[in-house]
Amino acid sequence: MGLLLRLVLQRVAMGLLLLLAVSVMIFAATQILPGDVAQAILGQSATPEALANKRAELGLDQPAVTRYFAWLGGMLHGDLGTALSNGQDIATSLGKRLGNTLFLAGVAAVIAVPLAILLGLVSVRYRGRWPDKLISGLSLASISLPEFFIGYVLIFFVGVQLRWLPSVATVYDSMSFLDRLETVAMPALTLTLVVLAHMMRMTRAAILNVMQSAYIETAELKGLRAFTIIRKHAFPNAIAPIVNVVMINLAYLVVGVVVVEVIFVYPGMGQYLVDHVSKRDVPVVQACGLIFAAVYILLNMVADVVAIISNPRLRHPK
Amino acid sequence: MTNELEHLGRQVVRGGVSRRHFMGRAAALGLTASSAGTLLASVARAADPVTGGLIKAGMVGGESTNSLDPATFLSQVPFVFGQTWGEKIVEVGPTGALEPRIAEEWGASSDAKTWTFKIRDGVEFHNGKTVTAQDVFDTLDRHSNEKSESGALGIMRGIDTMQVNGKELVISLKEANADLPYLLADYHLIIQPGGGKDAPDAGISAGAYKVTVNEPGVRHGAEKFANFWDAGNRGFADQVEITVINDATARTAALQSGQVHMINNVEPKIVDLIKRVPGVTVKNTAGRGHYVFIMHCDTAPFDNNDLRMALKLAINREDMVDKILRGYGTVGNDFPINSAYPLFPADIEQRAYDPEEAAHYYKKSGHSGPIVLQTSDVAFPGAVDAAQLFQQHASAAGITIDVKREPGDGYWSEVWNKQPFCASYWGGRPVQDQMYSTAYISSADWNDTRFKRPEFDALITKAKAELDEAKRKSMYHDAALMVRNEGGLILPMFNDWIEAVSDRIGGWEEDGAQTMMNGYALSKTWLMG
Repeated sequence: MGLLLRLVLQRVAMGLLLLLAVSVMIFAATQILPGDVAQAILGQSATPEALANKRAELGLDQPAVTRYFAWLGGMLHGDLGTALSNGQDIATSLGKRLGNTLFLAGVAAVIAVPLAILLGLVSVRYRGRWPDKLISGLSLASISLPEFFIGYVLIFFVGVQLRWLPSVATVYDSMSFLDRLETVAMPALTLTLVVLAHMMRMTRAAILNVMQSAYIETAELKGLRAFTIIRKHAFPNAIAPIVNVVMINLAYLVVGVVVVEVIFVYPGMGQYLVDHVSKRDVPVVQACGLIFAAVYILLNMVADVVAIISNPRLRHPK
Repeated sequence: MTNELEHLGRQVVRGGVSRRHFMGRAAALGLTASSAGTLLASVARAADPVTGGLIKAGMVGGESTNSLDPATFLSQVPFVFGQTWGEKIVEVGPTGALEPRIAEEWGASSDAKTWTFKIRDGVEFHNGKTVTAQDVFDTLDRHSNEKSESGALGIMRGIDTMQVNGKELVISLKEANADLPYLLADYHLIIQPGGGKDAPDAGISAGAYKVTVNEPGVRHGAEKFANFWDAGNRGFADQVEITVINDATARTAALQSGQVHMINNVEPKIVDLIKRVPGVTVKNTAGRGHYVFIMHCDTAPFDNNDLRMALKLAINREDMVDKILRGYGTVGNDFPINSAYPLFPADIEQRAYDPEEAAHYYKKSGHSGPIVLQTSDVAFPGAVDAAQLFQQHASAAGITIDVKREPGDGYWSEVWNKQPFCASYWGGRPVQDQMYSTAYISSADWNDTRFKRPEFDALITKAKAELDEAKRKSMYHDAALMVRNEGGLILPMFNDWIEAVSDRIGGWEEDGAQTMMNGYALSKTWLMG
């Protein structure tokens, strides 16, 4: 067990180191955006006086290295600074947005992950027969459609024609949990359709891969029922690749949903980031970038740790 | 069934459908004549303002970077929301005439250099404080301060000194300006307690609604202000709300599914589809906004007036209005003024597409080789298509235009006002002087055509000081001709504002100064049953 703990700790340390490297890259990348924040904030109507005043106020004249360490120090203390463009505290507004994004991702994941795995199992069980073909066909269709298309189709039929669900998914603080669920139903449904196919197909492939193994053949020769073989022998050995693809999709649900947020008017991280990129609001862009990177690194770390735990062979490096 | 009849009934009240048609339809649906009459009467009553309810708008033009500080207003959502909670010294009404607001009357000295504004009694701020001349003074002072980042700074520069005199505010100008009250109707100049110097983004003024929700880029909400001074004329709904919906398809869907009552910026290409949606009316209003191609008069090859003239003649304006605006606009004449302005010089001949004449001027200019035109999606809706259309028109005159598509990101900082030939837009201004002073006099910060003519500057200064309307009109006529014949502006079209409004909204009026009834769509309309 000590070895296991050491491997996990190593993986966590790697993750933190990676995060530090990412922070350097984010900071460097935001320095090379064209235009400057003063111009972007004031837009076409900026007078030279207003521009000069804004630049001085923002302290854009200090050297980049100084600003990097000041920024990193703030981050470590949980101080994300204030948005340059409207002077709001980033941690407050970002916290709310992050909460919204995680809620939407959570709802989508709660539907999509079990459904994907179940459909994957069913499809392996009936491999080559009609349930498998039906599931594969539908999932191939939904994976081929861009998410904005799925979103618009849902808006048109479910929102405008049938009026079952609201197409504008603006959530408020004062909403009850049930209202909130109803409000996010359409974007969550869209996201579910977008990620379901990928997870389902990877689950299917991973289990089928295991099904080629000799011990499955042994199990079959023992006369075990097909579902028992899949559940007891194949699935546990396919957990690592399945968890991997699930984590990648969860990460996507958090950081890759800009399009869905835009078309459903959902106040999450994606829209927030896009607004601030176009305004050159560097502190916000940096904070969002770092949070996105942290989500990716964290979820990948979880996938690795699960793989280490589920596969004893990984604990004994050759 | 009743939904359909109510919709039809409203059309009868507005004169769109005959009463006879309505009664026929009601009979077809099984209503007796007397109950149909009752229904029609109840709909007709709705033509008077109705109080109560929640009016919801879905709008493009809001970002999470927005602030409630009026000095920072730039895009459409802060602008419209600002007009909902803010109160100004004066307003420009739907007809273009000035309307008194915080100032109940005003007057100028005979040389138009000293202006006196009498501040109205009994106007209350949302925080309970009474509006005084000092608050007005402080507001103007904040926006005219050289350290200010206000979008109104440019127009405040003409102010020399200001003085509070009891209930009066006296403004002395450096140079005479007969249009000063129009300038004070600028949407940035919302009167705030203490001028907003302590808390510029507190969202407190004396408008019909007071701010309750401010989530920039997501949603803005306000509720009726109980002590609003002008309650008979606006502020009918109990609550108003703007949801920021930047995606055009989502905005349309929200209107169709009844989640919002009005949307702005309907794209010309989908207007015909929206018109078919039951319960929704498209409102298009001619305004002062225009789409332009700008050439720098001091940069080769555009420093040659023959070449500029060749390009002006090489664009087919009717085709632009048809294809880019789908007819929702009017042709321009290469000066930035149209009939929406007071003192518009209507007798200037309309410039027409003339490839032969263009070729003649092109030859005369001695220039050869391609001309680079920079454009981008953000320059105006359809700007990339418009540039390509221009390219086709010009090729008939033997002029080669290279269309260079630029990223929207950074367009206003890297291309506009920097590169010699590019696409852009202007929202227009309330009066001619302001339009010319903002972008065409030599010293203007936004002289994006680098048009520098001392005689033009002198003419504008003189017109500004002239109180005799006939004389001013003739001066603006001459000024327009100078820009049209010698300037670097190619102005093919003035665009309409296109909005779509639910039939449940009453009191919509044509006001083309800016989008959404010049920003008053939420405060001047009401919600019918």
